[in-house]
Amino acid sequence: MTLLGVHALSAFYGDFQALFGISLEVAEGETVAVIGANGAGKSTFLRALAGAVPVPRDAVVFDGRPVGGHPAHALVDLGIVLVPEGRKIFPSLSVEENLLVGAYRGRRGPWTLDRVYRLFPVLGERRTQPGTNLSGGEQQMLAIGRGLMANPRLLLVDEISLGLAPLVVQHLYRTLEAVKAEGTTLLVVEQDVSRVLAVAQRVYCFRKGSVSLHDVPARLTREQIAAAYFGA
Amino acid sequence: MAWLDTIVQGILLGGLYALFATGLSLIFGVMRLVNLAHGDFSILAAFIAVVAVQVLDLNPLLALILVVPVMAVLGYGLQRLVLNRLLGRGILPAVLVTFGLSIVIQNGLLETFSADSRRLNPGGIETASLPLGGGLAVGWFPLLTFAVAVLLLVGLQLLIGRTALGRAFRAASDDGGTAALMGIDNGRLYGLAMALSLAIVAVAGIFLGIRTTFTFSSGPDRLLFAFEAVIIGGLGSLWGTLVGGVILGVAQTTGARLSPGWGVLAGHLVFLAVLLLRPAGLFSKPRRLDS
Repeated sequence: MTLLGVHALSAFYGDFQALFGISLEVAEGETVAVIGANGAGKSTFLRALAGAVPVPRDAVVFDGRPVGGHPAHALVDLGIVLVPEGRKIFPSLSVEENLLVGAYRGRRGPWTLDRVYRLFPVLGERRTQPGTNLSGGEQQMLAIGRGLMANPRLLLVDEISLGLAPLVVQHLYRTLEAVKAEGTTLLVVEQDVSRVLAVAQRVYCFRKGSVSLHDVPARLTREQIAAAYFGA
Repeated sequence: MAWLDTIVQGILLGGLYALFATGLSLIFGVMRLVNLAHGDFSILAAFIAVVAVQVLDLNPLLALILVVPVMAVLGYGLQRLVLNRLLGRGILPAVLVTFGLSIVIQNGLLETFSADSRRLNPGGIETASLPLGGGLAVGWFPLLTFAVAVLLLVGLQLLIGRTALGRAFRAASDDGGTAALMGIDNGRLYGLAMALSLAIVAVAGIFLGIRTTFTFSSGPDRLLFAFEAVIIGGLGSLWGTLVGGVILGVAQTTGARLSPGWGVLAGHLVFLAVLLLRPAGLFSKPRRLDS
């Protein structure tokens, strides 16, 4: 069953058009990846889905309902939650308080403080410290944990690997498997192509704000991806 | 002894200044909005209390029960209907609009209540005093004002430090965009912050009206003292605001003791000295709202 349907989505930053008629579908329980070069519109796309960029109403359909242009908090109520690029941890809040802000809307589901601490024990050990005292990898865990606290049906994850060591990235992707096991649908934006091909069931490649390639990872060759990334 | 008395009076006056300053500081902390009508709202609250006292034959201290919610609702509505539209475009639009509001409130009060000065009469407490021995005495009313200021600051500190709403205030203060992505409805949150701000300044306005006479144009002076208290204490620090208010109060009573005309001037000079020596204020903790 289709959970998220995006239909000919265009989005603008002021006069600048960032997305040109993106169409994409994500089934319930599926993990879908969006890859592409810097400036291809990947982050804008996720922010548009999360309600941070204005889009037409019918361009985004979630669980059969048009939700484009809904305010971000209304989308969180429906279960669309973004783990933003650059982690965006609240510096005035402790680790635990950052997680609790994720639970602000009070959506019910499997994720609680205890569950998140079991997934990321280091967060539990450092729960009283300011969130920004953590290392980059730990902050990324906190950002993911904060997103999970909202009990998402669709978790949008923007560039987990940004600025992190390969081992840390590997660990973070393993935890995403645990998130998947809860039945959460994942839409992951990533620059690290090989990493994402291993976890995603389907891949979309963006170039200059449009979809340049769409397939299952097994059918994709390096040459195809390179062409979709950089243009032939 | 007379000097000790002067300093005690100054400290207690500082409590009142802290009441004026807290709401201003809260609003700036949560949404980076400078409310130039803050002082006028306190005077508006005092005039509403005048009406409540006349019509319902209430003690002005009891009128708080009525005036505080009225001002809170006014603050919520004002924020949602007007001020929220100005956010995210820099500091200037809100400065201009609240400056305009200040003029509107003053002229509205002038039209409605004339230019006569008023005073709220709580029936004796404002002149009663507590002898401390050695010829020293403190007024019950300044003592009550100071106690209410401290209690409100403690309450606000608990609200900001321990509750979900307080966490949301701090998160929005750090990064409103990300707070919205986490499900915080910023428009509503800012409305609640303004409601809280005007509720506190309503208390300040009524205490001011019992302490001294006021007119339709008393607001801007209050705003100035509130700004000074906030800047002396350091932006974003609640207890700093109280200390800032106390320093300003002591400076004013000390100056006035030297020469009756020097009170306000001495306050300004201390403010300028702090601005020169510690521009960030005495207790500023950047990016923290709760300490």
